[in-house]
Parts: sequence; structure tokens; C-alpha cells
Amino acid sequence: MSRETTNLLYLITIVTFVLALRFLSNPATARRGNQIGAVGMLIAIVVTFLQDSVMSYWEIGVGMAIGGTFGAVAARKVRMTAMPQMVALFNGVGGGAAALIALAEFHNIAPDPGTLQKDISASLVLSAIIGSISFAGSMVAFAKLQELIGGRPIVYPLQQATNGVLFAAVVAAGVAIVAGTERQWLMWALVCGSLLFGVLFVLPIGGADMPVVISLLNAFTGLAAAATGFELENNVLIVSGMLVGASGTLLTILMGRAMNRSIANVLFGAFGQLAPSAAGAAGAVGTTDGQVRSASAEDVAVMLAYAHKVVFVPGYGMAVAQAQHDVRALADLLEARGVDVSYAIHPVAGRMPGHMNVLLAEANVPYPQLKEMEEANGEFGRTDVALVIGANDVVNPDARNNQGSPIYGMPILNVDQSQQVVVLKRSMNPGFAGIENPLFLNPKTVMLFGDAKQSIEKLAASVKAV
Amino acid sequence: MSHGLLLSFEITILVLAIFLGFEVISKVPTLLHTPLMSGTNAIHGIVIVGAMLVAGADHKDTLTTIIGLVAVVLASANVVGGFVVTDRMLEMFKKRERKEPDS
Repeated sequence: MSRETTNLLYLITIVTFVLALRFLSNPATARRGNQIGAVGMLIAIVVTFLQDSVMSYWEIGVGMAIGGTFGAVAARKVRMTAMPQMVALFNGVGGGAAALIALAEFHNIAPDPGTLQKDISASLVLSAIIGSISFAGSMVAFAKLQELIGGRPIVYPLQQATNGVLFAAVVAAGVAIVAGTERQWLMWALVCGSLLFGVLFVLPIGGADMPVVISLLNAFTGLAAAATGFELENNVLIVSGMLVGASGTLLTILMGRAMNRSIANVLFGAFGQLAPSAAGAAGAVGTTDGQVRSASAEDVAVMLAYAHKVVFVPGYGMAVAQAQHDVRALADLLEARGVDVSYAIHPVAGRMPGHMNVLLAEANVPYPQLKEMEEANGEFGRTDVALVIGANDVVNPDARNNQGSPIYGMPILNVDQSQQVVVLKRSMNPGFAGIENPLFLNPKTVMLFGDAKQSIEKLAASVKAV
Repeated sequence: MSHGLLLSFEITILVLAIFLGFEVISKVPTLLHTPLMSGTNAIHGIVIVGAMLVAGADHKDTLTTIIGLVAVVLASANVVGGFVVTDRMLEMFKKRERKEPDS
């Protein structure tokens, strides 16, 4: 097959990918879009097999069988609550593939230094660097989300200086390669340095900032794929990679905006470090303001059962306790009693963009009940009870009122505007960021301590008894 | 086509793809941000094409082929896993309620 024909056939794939993204604008068509994208991918693979330059069919087929089986099994088996780490994992292997392609290409060409065009060597270097960072960073993110290593930020002295020097060294190696020092060892050193940088770069970033990190790494892998397209002079790689790059970048910006923090602050701020002083200050104010009132499940059940409008505010605590099905069951009971139930979803609740939506969808919550922040905030004034399930920072009124708070300026769900607030929480330990939450001291608020799943089960039992 | 001319075309479609990407993705509601991430995840699995080209070419040494084949394995995991996971997620988004399974 000629290259012209191949390129035109690849265009079909490009169109299916654009359609797949287009169909994602509506939940009713999204699934079909994804299937169209999968067909497009299949076309690209078949077309590539038919190229004259592609020989070793057997080896490639076996490789695909191994990788594909692993992907399919992992994707089928994973629980919905483990979705963030699964997304990180698949993102990482894509980045790793891009880096390996660069290594292999370079290894193939390097015996004849000087034969590389500058733009090709620049693309090789870029995809090696970005792909390696994406691979290593995603693996660290995976390990953090899977709790193989602690979710808290890991910090040590001179961290940013170390990272800066390492990154400068990697860039220097890249520049040397493009400038003509086409040495094997230099490329290997570049890849190793980038891998190390990827690890060090994600390590200090805490769990609550994961939505930003995952989106960013997604963008990185897209960019690495686009760079691979330049080194192989392949249109489908350039366009698809860049579509993903644009998507990841946009999501990263949206997540940063939802936290009112610059991306640089998320990446280099090591959030946990800021907390102690701020927590001390806020704590001092808190003790004079009021005290925590805790309630029994029976009290809260009566409150819910006789309300007109109840809004559930889920957070990462719901995901940890895997309470989404019980939440849905409780909502069903309340709806049967004529209570209007909806869910208020903060954009950065959970560990990846849209995390809560997926969990609640798994529990068969109809998506029209899932309200985005803006819409939800318009409704709290008419809400009788806001039930906060394992969310903390995203409902902290300090973000609105206390200029000294590290999260000041972050858009929040204004649950304190509803008649009553019930907070389900394991204990009075401050949340991830270690920031006190004056919402808990608000006279409108009662706390229901315990594991979210058990608390919701108790609430459901008590609502039945009302 | 000369190398320089080809490069100029490549840069052109790259820039157009950036705008197309922003345009299409800005229409995705926050409700579907996780499937968006996981769907784009599957799409960057297109590096499998690059991996096949590198692994499949007739090489002078075996190390190149081996690295290429490892890339094929990783990229296939990316492609299959990405599309399957996204499909599982999107299957769950329903407008109306259906019979409660188990909970």
C-alpha cells in the first residue's frame, strides 16, 4: 500500500476520534462515540499492518495479545472506586510506549551519526522526555492512589532545586543530541533522567491535588504521541496526540480554576506544607466561635424524612467508604416519601475530574439529579438539609470568608446557606490539607461520626422506621 | 515532497488540531469529565501505530526490535484498557432509573 493511500485511510481514524469527542458532549450519545473511536483505532491498526515496511507480523501479534489481554482484564476487573488509578496506569503505559519508540528509533539510526534531520531528532528527544516523565509520573500517581505509598505530599530539603537541576540536565542532554552529539548513551541518560524527574515531580503532590496531576499527565502523553508523529512523519499520530494534548491541557486549567490555584502552585506548592500555620490560626478562631454538635442517626433520619428538599454533597470520603450504593438506597427511601433529592458535585471532589459523577452513575443515580457547582449553589437557599458525605475542603466557608486561609478564593459549595447541614465524617481530624473547617462549628451544623457507609446504612434503617 | 515542505504541513495540521481539540472538548459537560479523560486516554493509545512501525521494520540489530515490541505491548494495553474502561463508565450514565440491581 502506498503512503498516500495509507495517509488517507488514517484520515478515517482521525475523523472517528473527533466524532468520539464530539459525541461526549451528551451523556446519551457518549457511549456510541467511544465505540466509534474504537472502530477508528482498529482501522488504524489494520492499515498499519498492511504497510510494506511492517514485517514481523507474528511478533507484533503476540505483543498485542499480551498487552491487549492485560488491558482488557484490568479494565474489566477494576472496581469503579479504583478508577483514578486505572486511568493513571493506562495513561502511563501510553507515555512509556512513546518513550520506547523514540529510544528504538534512535538506536536504529545512531550507528550513522549526522544522518538525522534536526526536526526529527528534536521530535525524538521531545517524545523521549515527555513520554518518560508521563510514564514515571503516572506510575507514582498510580502508587499513591492505590495507597502503595502515602498520599500525603513527600517533601525534603532543596526539593525544587534538585528537580530544577535534574530537569536542566535532561534538557541539556536533549539539546546536545539535537546539536549533533548523536550518542547512544546520551539518549539512555536522557530517558533515565526524565524517568527520575517524573518520579520526583509527582512525589511531593498530595492526594487532593490528584485531579490536576492526572489531567496534566494525560496532556503529556498526548504531546508525546504527537511528537512521535513528527519523528515517524505520520499524520494520525500528530492529530490524535494533539487532540489529547489539548483536552488534557483544558482539563488541567479547569481543575486549577476550580481550586483557585495556578497550575504552578499545585505542582510546586506542596500543599501540605502550608497547612500547619494556617490550621493553627483558624483553630484559634474556631474555638471561640462555637462548638461541635454531634447527632445520632435517628435524629438525622427524622430531619431528612420530614424535609422537602435534601441535597447530598459527596466527597472523597464517599469513594473511600464505597458508600455510593447505600447513598442511592437512602435517596430512594427519601424520594418514596416525597422528598426532593439531588446531588451537588464540586469539580475537584475526589481524585480525578468528574470522579463523583462516575461513582454515582455506577450506583444508578440518574444523571439529571447530579448538579454542577453553579446550579447547586443556586439551590442551597431553598434546601432544608444538606448532607455532606465525606467532603471537607470543597464546603469550607473559609474559602469565602477567611483571607488568611490557604484555600481562600477557591469556589465552594455553599452548603451553609441551607436550613440545616449534616456532616458525615469519620472523626474530627482535619481533612487532607489539615485545614480547620468552621462549617463544623456552625450552629446549623450537626456531625454524624463514623464510617460513611455505616452511617448511611444506619440513616436508611432509621428513615424506614420513621 | 521535500522534507521542509512536509514539515510545514505537519506543523499546520498540528496547530489546527490544537484549536479543534479545544473547540470540541470545551463542549463536554463536567458530568462526563472522567469518561473524557479515559476516552482521550484510549485515543493516545494511537502510539500503537508508531510502535508497530518501529517494531515491524527490518532492522539491523535486534535491540531495536525488542524495544519496539515492548512498546507494542504497552500501547496495546493502553488502547484496549482505555476503550474498555471508558465503555464501562459510559454504560452507567442513565437518564431514567431502571430496576435496582444489588446494593
